[in-house]
Amino acid sequence: MDRTTMDLWVGLFVAAGIAALIGLAMKVGNLTSDHLGDTYTVSAHFDDIGGLKPRAPIKSAGVVVGRVDSIQFDTKRYDAVVTLKIDKHYKFPRDTFASINTSGLLGEQYVTLEAGGDEEMLEENGKGKIDHTQPALVLEKLIGQFVSGKASEGDSGTSQNTTENTQ
Amino acid sequence: MFKQTTKTLRGIGHRFIDRIWRLGTAARFVWRILRRSSDNPLRLIGLTVREMYATGVLSLVIILVSALFVGMVLALQGYNTLQRYGSSEAAGVLVALSLVRELGPVVTALLFAGRAGTAITAEIGLMKTTEQLSAMEMMAVNPIARVIAPRFWAGVISMPLLAAMFSMVGVLGGYLVAVPLLGIDHGAFWSQMQTSVDFRADIVNGVIKSFVFGIACTIIALFEGYDAPPTAEGVSRATTRTVVNSSLAVLGLDFALTSFMISV
Repeated sequence: MDRTTMDLWVGLFVAAGIAALIGLAMKVGNLTSDHLGDTYTVSAHFDDIGGLKPRAPIKSAGVVVGRVDSIQFDTKRYDAVVTLKIDKHYKFPRDTFASINTSGLLGEQYVTLEAGGDEEMLEENGKGKIDHTQPALVLEKLIGQFVSGKASEGDSGTSQNTTENTQ
Repeated sequence: MFKQTTKTLRGIGHRFIDRIWRLGTAARFVWRILRRSSDNPLRLIGLTVREMYATGVLSLVIILVSALFVGMVLALQGYNTLQRYGSSEAAGVLVALSLVRELGPVVTALLFAGRAGTAITAEIGLMKTTEQLSAMEMMAVNPIARVIAPRFWAGVISMPLLAAMFSMVGVLGGYLVAVPLLGIDHGAFWSQMQTSVDFRADIVNGVIKSFVFGIACTIIALFEGYDAPPTAEGVSRATTRTVVNSSLAVLGLDFALTSFMISV
């Protein structure tokens, strides 16, 4: 085997390997779609964040406008503080309403922003704060409510029956 | 009766001490490779390129063909189960995540141990049997620096590249089955994949895994060859041990690494 052709093959091999890595990062992974331009941060308090995780998308009308930066626990108010990173292109009014939704029945959770009608916009110096929020829908709680609702219905039903019987 | 018991006990103790002995020799062997690697870096690079041809380029065919079929089978199996839950578009996610996180590094390492590891062991074992290594020492050429170190670095560099190619070709194989054959939407296939495969948590961790597997497989192959008894039977046994030990090491290390990566 001639030395130079061998070098060529090894060079091709290394190039193909690096190309595969870049391909994985770009085509399979989220390195490109994850890239936000300039962003500003806004904080929002939630009573319950459910399964929200950092880097979850922030959507408005279904369009991704940012990502969740960090989630902390507020020891003064005993609720969750979620820091949102929003793309600089998208300005939101001060009375924007934030809620946590789930994509599909059991999919990943994301933050939805619904713009209000205020003329003033959220501050972009990092002190912006969303006041109106709705906590995540926790499936267990929902089922709990449903079951207890059914149970109370059932109670009233049986009591009705008993009254019928006595009559 | 008593004699029999002591004999068995002695046998167990001998085996145990022998293993510890080998482990120590192996550790010292690795240390010598690392120390000898800085002797003559320019020549080492030249020799490493030559060895990468043998370990990397010549392993490409088996790696890429296996990757294509693994990806295609994953897509078929995933589609079959997922369509019952009405989420057949998630087949792309399933293929990509299982390849990037697990199958890419692990199957590449297993194939590498079978394809390149055995070749390394047999080559070095035969060099030792035919006293080529001793001849080198007579000529004041250090066999570790001349023969072992280039093969070590070639294996360590080749493995992550091979694993990356395995994952990429596997995903393409999955695409070939999922989109034209099973009729999954082209856009949904890629976009769902991109939202759920994370660069840091999935791709980088996969590369770290394959890097560790590369080190383990290459060291085992080199050491078994270097330590082989200089007979025909010794070399054949060493070659078998390379495959068995590499496979076990890869699977064990995979569990350890995954448990670290998942908990973070």
